Amino acid sequence: MPEYSAAIQDLIRVNGLWLIPFFPAMGALINCVFGAMIQKKWGKRPIHVVAVGSMVLSSLTALYLFFFKLLPADPSQRFLLDEVFPMIDMGAVRVMFAFAMDPLSGVMACMVTVVATAIHIYSMGYMHDEPSYWRYFGYLNLFCFSMLMLVLGDNFILMFFGWEGVGLCSYLLIGFWYKDREKAKAGMKAFVVNRIGDFGFIVGMFTLFWGLLGMWDAVPGTMTKVDDGRCIPVMTKPMPVAEHHAAPAEHGDAHGSLAAPQAALMASLANGIMGTAHAAEHPVAHGAAAGATHRRGGRQEGRCGLKVEGQRFLQQLPVAVGRTQQVYVGPTVSFRELRDQLAIEDHGGKRVVAEHLMQGTLWFGIPLLIFVTFGFFLGATGKSAQIPLYTWLPDAMAGPTPVSALIHAATMVTAGVYMVARLNFIFILSPEGMTVVALVGGATALFAATIGLFQYDIKKVLAYSTVSQLGYMFVGVGVGAYWVGIYHLLAHAFFKACLFLGSGSVIHGMHWVEHQHGHGDEHGPLLDLRLSPNPADPQDMRNMGGLAKLMPHTAKTYLIACFAISGIPLFSGFYSKDEILWKAFSMGNLAWPWAGKLIWALCAVGALCTAFYMFRSYFMTFHGRPATAEHIEHVHESPRSMTWVLWFLAIGAVLMSLVGSTLFIPAAITHQTPWLESFLAPATAALSDAFQKPALHNVWLEWGLMALSVVLAVTGILGARFWYRDLSKTRARLDWAKRNWRLIHVTVFNKYFVDEIYNATVVRGLLLLTRALAWFDLRIVDGLVNASSWGLRMAASFFGAVDAKIVDGTVNGVADTVIGAGRRVRRIQTGRINAYVMGVAFGVVVLLFVVWFVGPVGR
Amino acid sequence: MNALVSIGLAHYLVVASILFVAGLITVATRRNAVAILMGVELILNAASLNFVAFSRFVHGGVTGQVFSLFIILLAAAEACIALAIVLSIFRNFKNVDVLNTTTLRE
Repeated sequence: MPEYSAAIQDLIRVNGLWLIPFFPAMGALINCVFGAMIQKKWGKRPIHVVAVGSMVLSSLTALYLFFFKLLPADPSQRFLLDEVFPMIDMGAVRVMFAFAMDPLSGVMACMVTVVATAIHIYSMGYMHDEPSYWRYFGYLNLFCFSMLMLVLGDNFILMFFGWEGVGLCSYLLIGFWYKDREKAKAGMKAFVVNRIGDFGFIVGMFTLFWGLLGMWDAVPGTMTKVDDGRCIPVMTKPMPVAEHHAAPAEHGDAHGSLAAPQAALMASLANGIMGTAHAAEHPVAHGAAAGATHRRGGRQEGRCGLKVEGQRFLQQLPVAVGRTQQVYVGPTVSFRELRDQLAIEDHGGKRVVAEHLMQGTLWFGIPLLIFVTFGFFLGATGKSAQIPLYTWLPDAMAGPTPVSALIHAATMVTAGVYMVARLNFIFILSPEGMTVVALVGGATALFAATIGLFQYDIKKVLAYSTVSQLGYMFVGVGVGAYWVGIYHLLAHAFFKACLFLGSGSVIHGMHWVEHQHGHGDEHGPLLDLRLSPNPADPQDMRNMGGLAKLMPHTAKTYLIACFAISGIPLFSGFYSKDEILWKAFSMGNLAWPWAGKLIWALCAVGALCTAFYMFRSYFMTFHGRPATAEHIEHVHESPRSMTWVLWFLAIGAVLMSLVGSTLFIPAAITHQTPWLESFLAPATAALSDAFQKPALHNVWLEWGLMALSVVLAVTGILGARFWYRDLSKTRARLDWAKRNWRLIHVTVFNKYFVDEIYNATVVRGLLLLTRALAWFDLRIVDGLVNASSWGLRMAASFFGAVDAKIVDGTVNGVADTVIGAGRRVRRIQTGRINAYVMGVAFGVVVLLFVVWFVGPVGR
Repeated sequence: MNALVSIGLAHYLVVASILFVAGLITVATRRNAVAILMGVELILNAASLNFVAFSRFVHGGVTGQVFSLFIILLAAAEACIALAIVLSIFRNFKNVDVLNTTTLRE
């Protein structure tokens, strides 16, 4: 029975973490800005040297930090932090541009960089004839940068940056051949559907932030307000010294292992007393900064009975045991700070912040956490292609195949799973949220798998398979078995990338049919009832067959990956998928007890379908007789840069078994904790009492279910072999089956008409709404505007007339009068001196008369 | 003897008035610029005579006489400038008829 070791209690400061996303960012910058010029001047070699080189540097940095900094550290300190610069400083909120590598983001970063490097190398061969080679590699590097920001970001802001960045790059790369209208449309569809999910992410993020900040007054008496934050009283407790590498087995019961981190937390909280919170300019940020210097000392003290936990509450004060003290809580965007806050206990042992968050309600009394978890999960369904937002992923196959492998199988689509695992401390507070995650995951796993059964496009099969496998991952993280979800994510990254690249290799080899037949109608009618393939489609499996002899490496690696995804022992998919099924069956974290069994049933049937459709695609592509004899002349194995990558990924798909089992023996038999589980435990350790240990523990049941899943996988494989090994023999049987179950076949073949339903409801509804709004705009708004403008025009012409006639008339009249008078008066000025003198004399005489008769003036 | 009436202020004023009116009529009627200048001299002299007369019979002292001297001086300067103007008028118009020198009217 697995045990959880201590939560992360300390962190290690490193400097190089920012380099991991920095290298691809530089590569993207060089190739996007100067790529066209470089390619014109020096050809394609410098383009891929820059792109692949940056990814190699990035993965070397990631692997170095992972293996030489993170792994040697004590499990309770496995948290590398690299604070680069303060990004936002606004009131009590301080957001650092910081990268963090804990076990969870560490394995993700290594997987992303390694798989991305492999796919970059593969792309050199696959995209060799592409004219805008530079654009492709620029986008690919930009994607890696965004993905690494998403994975390594220390807070919601950076994660959201990466979240949006990968969405953008996905759009750019799906619509890479943008001259094809359908492909450009597929890119837009992916982007728009992702935006719906992003809306959920934003709602969740802001609601959570608001919940942390805005509602303290709802719990009177527990909080003390300080300047720019709040404090709560906690009691300091001594804690037992935790031994290094504390073996989980030493803790006898479930609670014993949880006691240590809790007690550690109690001690740590003592440091953040109210006085210093006042004194510190920014308690949030300074807590972390001060903690770094102090933490080392704290660990020394830990030897004598006190250990310090928490990454921010530490201040430079001696720990006072047994005193009630005040610690700062408040709004934060940092994952680790949030996690610490949720773990705070007051002297009564109550998790004040967590309980407050759980009690918070929004409109109509809906719990706040429902909004938060549903919002985040809506974001995850958009990015990770779950019901109801999965429809973009199959269309995303319009992009180049390496892109499908990297973005739409291995990395970006797993961002949602990663996010749920990252926010485990929030999701476990809401059993309803967890249940919804798991139920949606299980439903998607089966739903997408059934669609995959009848697809003919090899990439569409893989796309639905990806949707289905992502559903399994969500089941894993949804039932609270975070490590299994992440384990399936890692294993899936290898075998699905291998499958996609294998299909890319096949398409590369089949490329000649396009030239042979010219571009046909690649997109069928709305109701695709055709039973015969379009001969010009290099992705249609009905045009293939018998390629195993022509493409031996591709066929072998594809077969290995098929075994892995089907869940055959010795291949990684078996260990991860079986563990997910068992956890779903046995975990007691869900809101309703029957949900786990239902999810198990969905996943088990899904596993059967998975094995069937994967081997269907394998047999249709590589076995049987070639569709045309010309294949033998034209189809050829791909270049070595592609086949080596295929082998690398196939071997990775097998070796990934080792991290989730003991030398290929499942944990159910050895009863040893798999390496990955104990490694990930600090990052995903439970904080909530609602998070229970597996409610069910029955070895025989576990073995029975494991055997059943192997039987299901083998059944699926044999079924596929029976129907599809040689199409020429079974075609009659297939046609008969299609005729007899016509309704089912048509429905499933057309993907349950979900796209059509969305078009008829959502898209149509939105278009109707736009039309109504356009009418409103044209008639009402424009009418109002026009009416007001008409009124104004009338008023203007009236005032214009007034101005022209009266005002100007007055002004002109005055001017005319003056001019006329002047014209008359000027005659007086003759220029003749005599006249003037006469005038003067006359005037004098007049004055004399005046004085004489009237008297002196002014008297 | 009545014929030998002592000459008083009135006599002076009458003479000055005759001078002034003669000057005024000269200025007002003559067309020759030089003649007009002469009329102006007459007017100035009439004023000067009044100063002297009032100084002698009404005010006393020498203030009036001093003013007369000023006026004589002023008349000389004025004649000087005026004659220069007349000379330049003559150069422009080839005569000194003031009826022609109306070009500043506009």
